[in-house]
Amino acid sequence: MAQIIIKNLRKDFGDFTAVKASSFTIEDGEFFMLLGPSGCGKTTTLRMIAGLEFPTSGEIYIDGEEVSKKRASQRDIAFVFQMFALYPHMNVRQNISYPLKSQGMPKAQIKAKVAEVARVLGIEDILSKPVGGLSGGDRQRVALGRAIVREPKAFMMDEPLGALDAEFREHMSKELRALHDRIGATTVYVTHDQLEAMQMGDKIVVMNHGSVEQFGVPQQIYDWPATMFVAEFIGSPSMNFLHFNGEVAKGDTQVSFNDQSFDIPEQLQAATGDLAFGVRPEHVSLDETNPYKGEVSAVEYLGTTQIVTIDSANGVLKARVSSAQAVSVGQNVGLAFNPRTISIFDTSSGMALLSEANKGVLDHG
Amino acid sequence: MSGHSVTEPSNRQKWISGLLVITYAVITIMPLLWIIATGFKSPEDAISYPPKVVFEPSVEGYVNLFTARTRVTPSMEETLPPPDTWYEQIARESGTVIVGPSRYGQRFLNSVIIGFGSTFLSIFFGTLAAYAFSRFRVPIKDDLLFFILSTRMMPPIAVAIPIFLMFRQLGLNDTHLGMILLYTAVNLSLSVWLLKGFIDEIPLEYEEAALIDGYTRFQAFYKVVLPQAATGIASTAIFCLIFAWNEYAFAVLLTSGTAQTAPPFIPTIIGVGGKDWPAVAAGATLFLIPVMIFTILLRKHLLRGITFGAVRK
Repeated sequence: MAQIIIKNLRKDFGDFTAVKASSFTIEDGEFFMLLGPSGCGKTTTLRMIAGLEFPTSGEIYIDGEEVSKKRASQRDIAFVFQMFALYPHMNVRQNISYPLKSQGMPKAQIKAKVAEVARVLGIEDILSKPVGGLSGGDRQRVALGRAIVREPKAFMMDEPLGALDAEFREHMSKELRALHDRIGATTVYVTHDQLEAMQMGDKIVVMNHGSVEQFGVPQQIYDWPATMFVAEFIGSPSMNFLHFNGEVAKGDTQVSFNDQSFDIPEQLQAATGDLAFGVRPEHVSLDETNPYKGEVSAVEYLGTTQIVTIDSANGVLKARVSSAQAVSVGQNVGLAFNPRTISIFDTSSGMALLSEANKGVLDHG
Repeated sequence: MSGHSVTEPSNRQKWISGLLVITYAVITIMPLLWIIATGFKSPEDAISYPPKVVFEPSVEGYVNLFTARTRVTPSMEETLPPPDTWYEQIARESGTVIVGPSRYGQRFLNSVIIGFGSTFLSIFFGTLAAYAFSRFRVPIKDDLLFFILSTRMMPPIAVAIPIFLMFRQLGLNDTHLGMILLYTAVNLSLSVWLLKGFIDEIPLEYEEAALIDGYTRFQAFYKVVLPQAATGIASTAIFCLIFAWNEYAFAVLLTSGTAQTAPPFIPTIIGVGGKDWPAVAAGATLFLIPVMIFTILLRKHLLRGITFGAVRK
C-alpha cells in the first residue's frame, strides 16, 4: 500500500511527445482515475508508473522511493491489461500463482494464497480450467486474481472493463470498486469513459494532448472544470458554452451579453475579449417570462428527463428538463441559468476564470 | 457482416474439387510410389521394358544397399562354405559374396547429425534474432532485415567456390561442423523472417505481464514467448530440416568421406556390379523416412503455421 507521486513526468517517442510535464499525487489507498480521450497520454503515464516505459524525464515516487529508473519487476506493482493478457498456455491456477512463483514462495503457501484469492473472487470452480475457454467476466476475475494474489504496493489497470460488453461492465465495475474497498490498495485506473471515472473514482486526473488538464474529486471536476476541454469532456451532454465578446472585471457578480445581464459567482479574475459563459444542461431552465430567448430545434425524450436543444443568439445549447414540461420543436422559449454553477472561460486560452465559487477547486492546481 | 457471402459449395463443385485434389495427389505421389516399388524389385525387373507394375518382391536392393560385395566366378563360389545368413544367401544368388558392410549407414548418420544439428542452430539463432527484431528498437532494423533476406536472393551454390576456399583454409572441409555451419548460415534468413512473423503476432502484453509479475526479460522470453511461438518454431524447423536434409550441391563439393551426407553418397551406389537401381531406390526410400516422421510429428503445428494469422482467435 503506497502513495504515488508523479513529478514533471515527460515521455517522448522520437519527435512525438506523449506526455509533457505531468505532476499529481495519488494518496495511499485511493482509487485514482486517469481519464482522457484516446491518445492523450494516459496509458503512457500508467505504463511509466508500472515500469513498462521509462520516462524521458521526471520522477516517480512509490512509497517515498524514486523508481523511475527501476525495472517493472522491481517496483512491486500489479498491472491489469485491457485484453487481460492471461498466459494462454497455463490454466487458471497457474496463471494466478505465476507471480508468486517468481518470488520463490513455497508450493504449499502458493496453494493457500491462490485458494484464498479464488474464494474472494468467486472463481474456485474454474481453477483447473484452461484460460482459453473462459467468459470475459471470468477472464477479468482471473486477471484480477493474478494482480491481487501477491499483495503489491499498487494496482495499475488499463481500461480493464473495455473488453467487456456493456451489460457486464456495469456489474464488473461495482465488483472492482467493492474489491478495492475491501483490500484498500492504491489503484490507478485508466479509462476514456467519463461516466466510469465519475462512478468509480475517488479522484480523477483529466488529461489531453499529453498534459494534465485538471485533477480532483469527481464532483469538483464536474462542477468546476478548470478548462473548456474538461467542461466538454465530462458530462453527457457536455457543458454549454454561450460565446460572447465582452469583459468581466474583478468583483463582478454579473456578466452581460446580447443586451442581457446574467448573475454569476463573484469573479476574482478580469478578462476581456472572446469569452464563454459555461452552464451545465441541468442548470438551464425554460421559462416563458425570461427575456433571453431561443428556439427549440430538437427534443430527446429520456424517460424522467428530456434533452432540449435550443438555438440561441450565442450558440446552440442543450437543457436537461423534466419530461413533465411540455416542449415542442419550433417553440420560442425563454432561458434562465442557475447562477450558482456558472463558469466563465477565456476562449483564447481555454481556461476558466477564477471566481469565488471555483477558487477552492482551481487554486490547488 | 463481411462483404462477400460464404455459401455451402454445391455437390458438383465438391465433386470437381475432389477430383482435382485426387489428380494432384496421384501426380505427386506417383514418383514416390515408383521409387518405393523399385526398391523391392530385382535388378532385371527394375530396368525391364515395358515397366513391370506387378513383380515378385525382393529385398536384394536393400541387401546391396547395406553391404559391400565382390563378384565371384561360379567355380570359385563352389569352394566357399555354404551361406550362413539369409542376406549372404541373397548375395550368392546373384553371383556375389559379401565382404563387409557398406558405408550407407554411416552416411545416413552424417545426414542425421548435420541435418538436425543445423536445424537446431538455425532455430536457436533465428528465434533470438527474430525476438530482438520484433521487440526492440534495433538501429537500421529495416536495412538489417533486408540484408538478411538478400542472402537468399541468389542460389547458395553461386558462392560455392569462395566457401570451398574458406573451408579449406579453416580446416572445415569434410567436417560435420563445417556442414552444420554452412546449412545454418543458408537457413538463417528463412528462420529469422518466418519466426519474426510469428513473434510479431504474439501480443506484447504477455511479456509485459510477466515482467510485472517479477520475471526478467529473458525469463519472460523463455517462459512466455517461446511456448506461444511453438507453432512457428515447429513449422520453421521443418522447412530448415528439409533444406539441410536434401541439400546436394554443397555436399558433393565439400564432403567426400567422414562428413559425407547421404544425398551425394546414394548415386555412388550405381556401379558396384552393374547399374544397381533397386539399391539406389532402397537408399532413397530409407532416406525419406526421418523427414517424414519429423513432419508427421509436427504436422499439427505445420498446418497451423501455414495458416497462421489468417484466422482471428
